[in-house]
Amino acid sequence: MYTTDMTGKKTAQPVAEDPARVAAFEARVANDEFIEPKDWMPEAYRRTLIRQISQHAHSEIVGMLPEGNWITRAPNLRRKAILLAKVQDEGGHGLYLYAAAETLGVSRDEMTEALLSGKAKYSTIFNYPTLTWADIGAIGWLVDGAAIMNQVPLQRTSYGPYARAMVRICKEESFHQRQGYEIMMHLAQGTPEQKRMAQDALDRWWQPSLMMFGPPDDKSPNTEQSMRWRIKRETNDELRQKFVDITVPQAEAIGLKAPDPALKWNEARGHYDFGEVDWDEFWAVVKGDGPVAKERMQARRKAWDDGAWVREAARVHAVKRAAAKLAAE
Amino acid sequence: MSDASKEWPLWEVFVRGKGGLSHRHVGSVHAADAKMAVEHARDTYTRRMEGVSLWVVPSAQITASDPGDAAALFEPAEDKIYRHPTFYSIPDHIKHI
Repeated sequence: MYTTDMTGKKTAQPVAEDPARVAAFEARVANDEFIEPKDWMPEAYRRTLIRQISQHAHSEIVGMLPEGNWITRAPNLRRKAILLAKVQDEGGHGLYLYAAAETLGVSRDEMTEALLSGKAKYSTIFNYPTLTWADIGAIGWLVDGAAIMNQVPLQRTSYGPYARAMVRICKEESFHQRQGYEIMMHLAQGTPEQKRMAQDALDRWWQPSLMMFGPPDDKSPNTEQSMRWRIKRETNDELRQKFVDITVPQAEAIGLKAPDPALKWNEARGHYDFGEVDWDEFWAVVKGDGPVAKERMQARRKAWDDGAWVREAARVHAVKRAAAKLAAE
Repeated sequence: MSDASKEWPLWEVFVRGKGGLSHRHVGSVHAADAKMAVEHARDTYTRRMEGVSLWVVPSAQITASDPGDAAALFEPAEDKIYRHPTFYSIPDHIKHI
């Protein structure tokens, strides 16, 4: 997922652009046509997309860390192989998205630097720690479940490369969610201690998962424009409601309970009512106060710095070989 | 801001889904050279049996038509519907045509 704009600022209006071109662009988008990299687009559309897609890519990459934490401690070989494949998928998702963002004229290095300097945001969910094995189940089930909810509509987003990346990602996310639910299901059917572990993970990940859909609609200033541009297709609150409606029965089916005393089926609305999300915590985590935010960025910076000599050596080697080949011809 | 020339070049990736199909564009990867580009393309785009063959091409080597020329290039085909078989009406009793 991780497609929610967390800057909380209103996008700056574009500098003077030819109104006829803007109108033609808006008409194409309203008509559900796809915009492709070399097509003319308003500067604000380009900037908003670069921010949204790169933020999404960063989230995939940082999202490898909480789960990577459990690869060496997976309870058996089957779970270990699955978790390895899942974490590799997250890396792949990050790469599809970086490539999509690059078609808008931003370089991979610029995006990496924006992440490492703290200028770019990523999903708040990854700044929470994975304390037990059950957290791996909860992440797959809830976090990837929320991701799917957000991403499925984006397969029809107006920017072609983004939409195509979303199609690939959605196909793969379904495996992530099912393997997570399966972990929870097994724990919930296990010893009382294992069941407690599953419930504890649900208790800790429930609220952060609801936050993944971003601030409430009335606090989401860019929603209207993003909906018009088809780079967002449902509002934060609509998606959050959908997630609650789908997830609550899944929890009940395995004897777990979402940690919300206000949670109640509302027959008249045909939806679950649920308690207010702790938005103060959300904004604090967006601003960098997440329980493990510092560790996450330290890990990314270390990986980037430790890999510098490899990137440089490969580049120089390729240049030398190309020169030698040219000389031999 | 980084020196763009320090970045590994960008390669476009094409995958043949199975024998008998053409290679189809699926995305791009960064790699120092062609061999590494194939390896990265394999890891990034074929984790689920999506293909039996890969092509990688330096992105800088692709020449694309300009969207601004789309009308000049493609609209002339619009009024040449006689290039399609359905343009010709043939009586129903004539078979195998």
